[in-house]
Amino acid sequence: MRIAFIKTLCELAERNDQIWLLTGDLGYSVLEQFANRFPDRYLNVGVAEANMIGIAAGLALSGRVPFVYSIVPFVTMRCFEQVRLDVCYQNLNVKLIGVGGGLCYGTAGASHHSLEDVAITRALPNMTVVCPGDPIETQAAIRASASRTGPVYVRLGRSREPVVHPSPPEFRIGTGITIYGGNDITIIATGNLLASAKSVADELNVRSIATRLISMHTVKPIDKDLILKAAQETRAVFTIEEHSVIGGLGSAVAEVLAENGTRKVLFRRLAIPDAYFQEVGSQEYLRHKAGLSVGQITEYISNIVRQRK
Amino acid sequence: MPKLAENYEKLPREIRRRIVRMVFRSQTSHIGSALSVVDILTVLYFKILSIDPKNPQAEDRDRFILSKGHSCAALYATLALRGFFSEEILESYCQDDGRLPGHATMHCVPGVEVSTGSLGHGLAIGSGMAIAAKRANQKYRVFALLSDGECDEGSVWEAAMFAGHHKLDNLTAVIDRNRIQAFGSTDQVLDLEPLADKWTAFGWAVRKIDGHDYVQIEETLADVPFEPKKPSAIIAQTIKGKGVSFMENKLAWHYKSPNAEQLAQALAELGDIE
Repeated sequence: MRIAFIKTLCELAERNDQIWLLTGDLGYSVLEQFANRFPDRYLNVGVAEANMIGIAAGLALSGRVPFVYSIVPFVTMRCFEQVRLDVCYQNLNVKLIGVGGGLCYGTAGASHHSLEDVAITRALPNMTVVCPGDPIETQAAIRASASRTGPVYVRLGRSREPVVHPSPPEFRIGTGITIYGGNDITIIATGNLLASAKSVADELNVRSIATRLISMHTVKPIDKDLILKAAQETRAVFTIEEHSVIGGLGSAVAEVLAENGTRKVLFRRLAIPDAYFQEVGSQEYLRHKAGLSVGQITEYISNIVRQRK
Repeated sequence: MPKLAENYEKLPREIRRRIVRMVFRSQTSHIGSALSVVDILTVLYFKILSIDPKNPQAEDRDRFILSKGHSCAALYATLALRGFFSEEILESYCQDDGRLPGHATMHCVPGVEVSTGSLGHGLAIGSGMAIAAKRANQKYRVFALLSDGECDEGSVWEAAMFAGHHKLDNLTAVIDRNRIQAFGSTDQVLDLEPLADKWTAFGWAVRKIDGHDYVQIEETLADVPFEPKKPSAIIAQTIKGKGVSFMENKLAWHYKSPNAEQLAQALAELGDIE
C-alpha cells in the first residue's frame, strides 16, 4: 500500500503544484521518488510530529495541500492535539497518511501497533477516516482525499498486501463497496483485513452460507444506507477490523444498527480485544492470538450461524 | 493609518481601556496576560504589519499569530481599533451568543489568522506559513507572539529548530517575557534562563528589548531579519497587568476579573479620554 500511495501521490503532484509531502523522518526507500521529483514541495521535518502537523496547518493556511506521512501512532496519537486544533478545528486541507495500520509492525511491539487510531480520529469533527483494503483502494483513496476539501486520515497497511479487487471498483468516500452480494449473512470489513475477509467469505460460500461482503473503506462518514440494507436483507452482520474492539468500524456499525435497526439482526464485532498484546510476534501470529486468522473467523461465524439457524 | 508617533500615548491606552471593560463585562480570566502585550500589538498593527483591514485575506499580507491565545482580548481590541471590525463586537467578548471566544479563533472576526489557545502551537504554524512563502518566493512575513511560560512546551523548540534549520528569516517570534506563569514566577516553576542563549543555540538571531518602550519595539521590529538567513527572536521584557497599577506583576490577575470599583479605578488610571 505504501508503494500505491507514493505512486499515486506523485501522479497527483504532477498535475497539482500545491500538493506537498511531509514526513517525520520515516518512509526510507518509499518517499524518495516524490522527494527527487518535487524537492520544493517535500519536507522531512525530522522526528518531530507535533511540529509536523503545525507546519502542515501553516501550509494549508497558505493554500497548499500537505500530505503528512508517518507510522500510524506517530501521525495520529503523538500529535493528536495538533490534529484536533490546528487541523480539524480550523477545518484545514491537511491529509494524514498513516502507514502500518493495525498490527503491520507486529514484532515491533505496542509502541508501533495502531489499535486506537480509528477511534480517536473518528471522534474529531470535520475529519474523514478512510482505511483502504488493498492497493487498488489505496490508489483510489489517495485520489479521492486529494480532491476532497478538508482533513482526511488515510490508514494504510504496509507492503505487499494482496490485491482484492480484480478491477478498480467505483470508489467514493463514504460509500461502501459490495464485493459479494449474498443474502444469508453480511461481513463488513475495513482496512488491511479485507483480504482475510474475502477468504472467509469464499469459504463460507463454499459451506453454503451465502455471504455478502462489503468493503467499508470509509469509517467516517459511515455508509448508513448500506449497513441498514444489509441488516434488512441478511440475518447476521459481522464487522472485521484490525483495530481495538472499542471505537472503530464495529462501533460505527453498532451505532447505526442500534439507532436505526428495523428488525433484530444478529451482530458481532471481530476486532482486537481491549488489551495490549503481551505476546511477541508477527502480524499473522498476533492476528491468530486475537482470533482474527481466516480459519478462526470462518469457524466463529459458521458456528454462530449454525446455532442460530 | 494614524501616524504612530503621535498616537503612542493614546492607542495603547484605548486598547487597554477596552480590554478592562471586556474582561469586566465577561468576568473572565487572563486580563494580566492581555495587558502585557498591548504595546507590542500596537506597534505591530499600526506600524509594522503590511495588512489591509478592507482586504484581510490579501495574498501578500503579513501574517500575525497570537500563539498565547489567552491574550486574545488584546488582539480583538487592537483589530477593532485598526478597523477590521466594528467596535460593538467587542461587547460580545465571552458573552452567550457572542462572537468572540476567550481564546483567539479564526473566522470569528476578520483579521484573526489562526486559532490558538493551547500553548505551543503557533510557532509551528507560523513556520509552515513561512516556508510556504520561501519556497514560492512570496514576500510576506510571519510574526508569532509567544508567552514566556509557553516556552515550557517542547513543541516550541521543535518549531524553533525547524525554523533555524530552514533559515526562515521571514519569521519572527516575539516572546512576552513577563516572568509570571500560572503558578508563579517562571524562575520558580521551570527556569527558562538563559532564554536568549537557547534561541541563539537553535539558530535564531536574538534581541532583548523593553516590551513597553514603543520606540524600541518599533525600531526592533522594523529591523527584522536581524541577520540574513536566520529567523529573528525578540525577547520583550514586559510587565504582566501593565497599565493598571494594582494588577501589575500580580499573579492573581492571571485569574481575577475586576469588580465595578476596580473597573472604575483602572479606567481612571488609563485616562478617560474617548
